[in-house]
Amino acid sequence: MSTIDVKAHAGSVPTPDLTAQRSAWRLPVSTVAVVLLCLPALVPLAAIVVAALSPETEIWQHLANYILPEVIRNTLLLTFGVALLAGSIGTALAWLTAMCEFPGRRFFEWALLLPLAIPAYVLAFVAVGFLDFSGPLQTWIRAATGSSSWFPAIRTGGGAIFVLSLATYPYVYLLARSAFLTQGRRALEAAQSLGLGRAAATWRVALPMARPWIAAGVALICMETLADFGAVSVFNYNTFTTAIYRAWAGMFSVNAALELAGVLMVFVLVVLAVERKSRAVARFSSSRDTSRDAPRLALQGAARALAFAGCAIVFLLAFALPFTQLLLWMLKHMGRDLDARYFGFAARSLLLAAAAAVVIVAASVLLAYVLRRKETRFTRWVIRTATMGYAIPGTVLAIGIVVPVISLNNLLQGWLRDWFGNGAPTLMLHGTLVTVLAAYLARFLAAGFNPIESGLQRITHNIDEAAIGLGVVGRQLVRRVHLPLLKTSLTTAATLVFVDVMKEMPITLITRPVGWETLATRVFEMTSEGDWERAALPAVVIVLAGLIPVALLTRQSSNLGGSNVA
Amino acid sequence: MWLELQNVSRYFGTSKAVDGLSLSLERGSIGCLLGPSGCGKTTALRCIAGFEPVTAGSIRAHGRVLAAPEFSTPPESRRIGMVFQDYALFPHLTAADNIAFGLHRLPAGHRTRRVTEMLEAVGLADYRSHYPHQLSGGQQQRIALARALAPEPELILLDEPFSSLDVELRERLSVEVRGILKGLNATALLVTHDQHEAFAMADVIGVMKQGRLEQWDTPYELYHRPGTRFVADFVGQGVFLSGQIIEHGSVQTEVGVMRIDAPIDSKGAWQAGDRVELLLRPDDVIHDDASTLRAEVCQRTFRGAEFLYTLRMPGGAQLLSLVPSHHNHQIGESIGIRIEPDHVVAFAAPG
Repeated sequence: MSTIDVKAHAGSVPTPDLTAQRSAWRLPVSTVAVVLLCLPALVPLAAIVVAALSPETEIWQHLANYILPEVIRNTLLLTFGVALLAGSIGTALAWLTAMCEFPGRRFFEWALLLPLAIPAYVLAFVAVGFLDFSGPLQTWIRAATGSSSWFPAIRTGGGAIFVLSLATYPYVYLLARSAFLTQGRRALEAAQSLGLGRAAATWRVALPMARPWIAAGVALICMETLADFGAVSVFNYNTFTTAIYRAWAGMFSVNAALELAGVLMVFVLVVLAVERKSRAVARFSSSRDTSRDAPRLALQGAARALAFAGCAIVFLLAFALPFTQLLLWMLKHMGRDLDARYFGFAARSLLLAAAAAVVIVAASVLLAYVLRRKETRFTRWVIRTATMGYAIPGTVLAIGIVVPVISLNNLLQGWLRDWFGNGAPTLMLHGTLVTVLAAYLARFLAAGFNPIESGLQRITHNIDEAAIGLGVVGRQLVRRVHLPLLKTSLTTAATLVFVDVMKEMPITLITRPVGWETLATRVFEMTSEGDWERAALPAVVIVLAGLIPVALLTRQSSNLGGSNVA
Repeated sequence: MWLELQNVSRYFGTSKAVDGLSLSLERGSIGCLLGPSGCGKTTALRCIAGFEPVTAGSIRAHGRVLAAPEFSTPPESRRIGMVFQDYALFPHLTAADNIAFGLHRLPAGHRTRRVTEMLEAVGLADYRSHYPHQLSGGQQQRIALARALAPEPELILLDEPFSSLDVELRERLSVEVRGILKGLNATALLVTHDQHEAFAMADVIGVMKQGRLEQWDTPYELYHRPGTRFVADFVGQGVFLSGQIIEHGSVQTEVGVMRIDAPIDSKGAWQAGDRVELLLRPDDVIHDDASTLRAEVCQRTFRGAEFLYTLRMPGGAQLLSLVPSHHNHQIGESIGIRIEPDHVVAFAAPG
């Protein structure tokens, strides 16, 4: 209730601007900083708009004739397929574990979140490596029966849809589950008292009530799918992200890459609009009924077995089997591959992840405090701009940042040459860690900002005023009150960013300094050569890191479900 | 005077949250601002605490100016303690550390002693290492009070201090808190919308309406000699009985002729023939079987020790009467009553 009180309070009594009176110089400095923080997200969009306004007809013709038709068809097919399949899996599993009782329910509740730790590109190469013509399964089938020609082809759109669905269903699972758990059982009971059977009540009451959350989850899945680069590369399935990468790395055509990025952004904006809308609905229809102790539907007979089997199959396919296969491959090649170079990959991944965590947490703290001090339309708008990068696919962001940086570099280089002649030093602004970090900042600022902002919001203005009234102000207030209360939020934010960066592939690939190999780029290198087994070692490290935020998440969601156990 | 407000106003744009508020509070006394929600009482409190600047007027404590237009002593230097509606205890600190929070200028030994003193003063000596979430609502409230009192502020402000507690606890605690404040000879000002809280706690009460102070008086005077119709309505129960002035100080009503007290209403003296309304409290109407004045019972509320009867006079006027509960009368019964007001307050009839 305290947050609600604060809002009401802040609404009726505008916060006085005492701080601004005392230190008028602070405002412009923080405003400048905040506006600067918007640049990493705005520059790529600007680059796309500039490219779109000055199209080179030849390139555009080539794209329109040879590339766009396939890419658009594939991207749409993939996005709709994954949305449908992952949405159904996620909703069904959420309903089973939130509303029903069957053997293994407690285990599956959290175990079904584990696939979040496996990036889609890792699941993709394990699936392809295991199921492809030369993989262990088909080899074994041929050895046993003589032929495996009946086995369906794996590196197809269908295969990509299947793998991406297994990798992304947890988003819907998580949101739908918390919707089912928090919507309370009163509405269901009311439906039953009006003569509906349990199944009909679920269909006509529980599902419609959870619909905004499911829609938000599906929108997230669509964004992940549109942004996916690693998994579709493994499947050799051409979508926008791979086309952009190829235009950039293969054809060296900056404009083609930017124009493709522009078309992809149109798709992203549509999904984003759907997401915003469903989130708004979710906020208004959230129920205040907290009766979660109503009994679960105890499944009987065949339903019981089916529920167990459904959860078990998803868990096995999305986590247990691929992880086991990864470990086996890793053990097989570890003796030869685990050398000093590998520690270099790992060290570079850690360095990037740690640096990004520090930068992004610092930026998030700054934004959150600016918002707390002065919540105006301007600050809200600035923050929305700075954090919108989560919706921009990594490939688009990376190209959109690198291209302007290269232009800037060439401009400065030209000046240097004018001044110093041939002895001018060579500039390499684009291949520096600053560019990498700027792109990460754009992509992952939302991941860091959201926990910190909500943590800061939980510290009510009354708490601040209580401290001020007791003579504790300024830095002392931050040190003695805010910091201890924000510790968990800061750790969460840093962890989320750290792991996201560890897993990140396209941005690192495009913006990294020349020759800078990290774990994720190593996976890309190995898989693009079809050397699935040797991609396992770096992938295992990434998956292990990915387990940390999943552990945080399961603790949260078991707190959520906790009251129906007690 | 310990605390003095002169014509304090606080405007938000064109809306006048506080409008020309003047009051003064003596050392060691407990004042209260009472009024419906949105009447500006909390804004007034925040102006005194220093969390809101004043648009006009001045606030002085102990003779020194705390706030005036364009001038504001920062809240941390006002030596004013505040107890918040939601207590705003620091959730990461124990009860003892919460109380010690404002004592950072004291040497460690003094600090511990002071914390122990305060814990004892609020009767929670055994809870020093409990965290806020381990304390009940009433205990949190007393820790918040101890925290505010620990640095020995010159004034303590309480914002709806009991509103988040349940009714029984509220009554008990308001008496307890008054005891604690009086025991420490603290000067306090609270705001509330609950008159029972105000009566239980305060020596002086100000009733506020739309940013303006209607009356600043003792609880007894507020109840028996309300200065305005709004105060009469807001404080206590009662009915307004129509009547007409027949000569200076006398009013003809359906229940007989009554003498009005010295007029408090700003209109001054009444003229013969003026239509007025008299305030009659339930305890002014006494049940008396022997009386010839009869009234019909049209509603009754059982309150344990007494009944509150709503009565109708033959002429249609309604009265409230508080009657010991062994006088059990049914609806529709006619009973004898006697009007025995200590004070008769008249207001101009509306319209």
